[in-house]
Amino acid sequence: MTSLTQAGPTVPVGPAPTSHAKPRRRHGIKWLQIGMFSAPALIVYVGFVFVPVALAAYYSFFNWNGLGPLERFIGFDNYTRALTDPVFHTAVKNNFFVLIMSLLVQGPLALVVALMLNRRMRGRSVIRLLIFVPYIISEVIAGLAFRLILQAPPNPDTFGPFDAVLKAIGLGELRQLWLADPSIVMWTVFAVLTWKYLGFAILIMLAGLQGVPEELGEAAAIDGASWWQTQRHITIPLLGPTIRVWAFLSIIGSLQLFDMVALLVNGYGGPLNSAHTMATYMVLYGQNRQQIGFGSAVAVILFVISLTVALLYQRLALRRDLEGSLTGREG
Amino acid sequence: MARNRKGAVAASMAAFALLVAACSGNGGTTPTTDPTTDTPTGSETETNEPVEPVTIRWWHNGTGEPLNGLWADVAAEFEANNPGVTVEVEGFQNEELQRTLIPNALLSGDAPDLFQAWGGGEIRDQVAAGYLKDLTGLVDEELEAIGPKASGWQLDGKTYALPFTFGISGFWYNKDLFAEAGITATPTTLDELYDAIEKLKALGSAAPIAVGAGSGWPAAHYWYHFALKSCSVEALTAAQAELNFDDPCFVEAGELLGEFIASEPFNAGFLATSAQEGASSSAGLVATGNAAMELMGHWNAGVMGGILRDETGDENATPPEFLGWFNFPAIEGAAGDPTAALGGGDGFAVAKDAPDAAVDLLKYILSPEVQKRFGESGAGIPTHADAQDSITDPNLNLVQEGLASASYIQLWLDTSYGGVVGGAMNEAIVNFFGGQGSPQGIVDAMNAAKETL
Repeated sequence: MTSLTQAGPTVPVGPAPTSHAKPRRRHGIKWLQIGMFSAPALIVYVGFVFVPVALAAYYSFFNWNGLGPLERFIGFDNYTRALTDPVFHTAVKNNFFVLIMSLLVQGPLALVVALMLNRRMRGRSVIRLLIFVPYIISEVIAGLAFRLILQAPPNPDTFGPFDAVLKAIGLGELRQLWLADPSIVMWTVFAVLTWKYLGFAILIMLAGLQGVPEELGEAAAIDGASWWQTQRHITIPLLGPTIRVWAFLSIIGSLQLFDMVALLVNGYGGPLNSAHTMATYMVLYGQNRQQIGFGSAVAVILFVISLTVALLYQRLALRRDLEGSLTGREG
Repeated sequence: MARNRKGAVAASMAAFALLVAACSGNGGTTPTTDPTTDTPTGSETETNEPVEPVTIRWWHNGTGEPLNGLWADVAAEFEANNPGVTVEVEGFQNEELQRTLIPNALLSGDAPDLFQAWGGGEIRDQVAAGYLKDLTGLVDEELEAIGPKASGWQLDGKTYALPFTFGISGFWYNKDLFAEAGITATPTTLDELYDAIEKLKALGSAAPIAVGAGSGWPAAHYWYHFALKSCSVEALTAAQAELNFDDPCFVEAGELLGEFIASEPFNAGFLATSAQEGASSSAGLVATGNAAMELMGHWNAGVMGGILRDETGDENATPPEFLGWFNFPAIEGAAGDPTAALGGGDGFAVAKDAPDAAVDLLKYILSPEVQKRFGESGAGIPTHADAQDSITDPNLNLVQEGLASASYIQLWLDTSYGGVVGGAMNEAIVNFFGGQGSPQGIVDAMNAAKETL
């Protein structure tokens, strides 16, 4: 950067007036063009993201049932109510349960599968396809299918579909009320989420692995490194940016989790409110119970939590990756 | 170069202008669903000339047959009898209509002229916000024919909507299973019900009772029934009018429910069982013979027929032959009216600024002729007194008899108390089903929810 500014003095050589006018007009046209091309996106973004967020923040200070004018200002009462509600505590806990479990279980699992699939072997593309299929299936179809598979049997002497499979492989003792037992339901939800999103994680990791030069592996092999040593010391470190981006997507997805939970547990909240997430809590108490002000307060809390986690993660984990991508063009 | 660039700028400006135009087009009023008609919407017409073209938008919850077809026919007939009137009739999924579509339409000032009304607390908020037309004096004839069932759609002596169907809740049971278990007569007292549950347990081939606690309200209906039996009519009306739950009978209802739950009559995993969807729902369990009883509203036979149609793929599947119905049994020594019944219905309300033709359409819907066809279609029990003999469905006849013998009719408590208090009440009752909370806790939850109103 400094070398560029020092090179400046060579500029004034040319005839001053015309060359000055020209860049300015060009500059103006350039800004006009930028404005024209970004305006649609900006308008949509402001109209559908900024304005609703601001409106939600405004509504959250009112007791409003969605009908009639906003009249009853109640300050922070909606926030106090949400933050002191044990059901909301469960919801936040469930979001972070899914978040942490996703990072701890899905990440390593996806990495191992991706490393295995990255080797030349028979039927590789078929396996890749099969692993990716759950991610392609519509959320609603997958959710309803699992609800049917995991449902409790009509009477205790019979077995539901999943329990019948367990019984067939000699694990009949493990049968559970997968979706009806408050202490189990979130584990069930997490298992279904893993089935659904593992393919996506594997795909991202496989894509990242394409960027790891083969030469490094070959060089390591010549130096006598085992396959595992090559992965541990060369491939995985080089896969770092990919893993960090996947983790970011996973964190955001976990915090905003709604559809799969709402589908699996039938109605919002699950047995004894044990399977609420912040989003299902917001829809139930804000939308369905027609307390729009309260729902808005929950939305703002969800927004603040997501923003905080995202910013922290960006600063702590993603900083190096983003710096690289931004400075790369200028240098 | 310069010309090219100018061209590019002009093109992008044009594109931008188009986009803005498109946006503003969407931001304005919703275009009418039928682009071929140029008739103005109802709210825009000021004159009452019958020849002046008028469009009435009518939203109902009859997405399935026979109701959807019946309402479409009614709309077409009304158009034919009233030249110049266009009726845009549309059916929507019930909860979607109730919780999203109608509130949003009312708020945006683009409300339909005639729409579904659930009565009780549901209508209270809409009236308070000034969205509904006061029908008092306009529908006297219809009110008289409907009788006291209309009270759920009235507020402070004024009528804001009219119910076109009303039915009550009771036990739907499997006659074959009852006979196999050696139950000779349907239970008329709570002790007889306990006795029946024990016999069915001993039989062992089906759960004594299916309850869709996963859907919330089906479990809550037990508490409503116990409250109906333990509370005096005065206590019930005070609760409905002032949301006052101080009478000890409401705690008593929870205690009775606690004893009932302790007898373990329900299907396994009932906390996750839904009410009406598929063979694993509570209605499905009864329809497929996996449960012997279900406490449910008058619509249940129809729901079971629908489930059997879906499960067997047989278009002509009917509600099971073995189905019977009996009223919630009386409780000895309880303060409540032993013949009191719990139920609900569907009505239609007219928007405040709707054209007069919307009221005429409502009157046509409640005419004995249409009401009789409603009864004959098997969609439900009509409210009009002259249409009562139109019911051919034997299951609905049973409910109708129960309704006729009831001295006091209470609207579903959650509808009656409104979404906030009703929702909190249902939630607390379901938690109680799951072993959390107490009889007092249910009343406390209702009072706490009342505070957030």
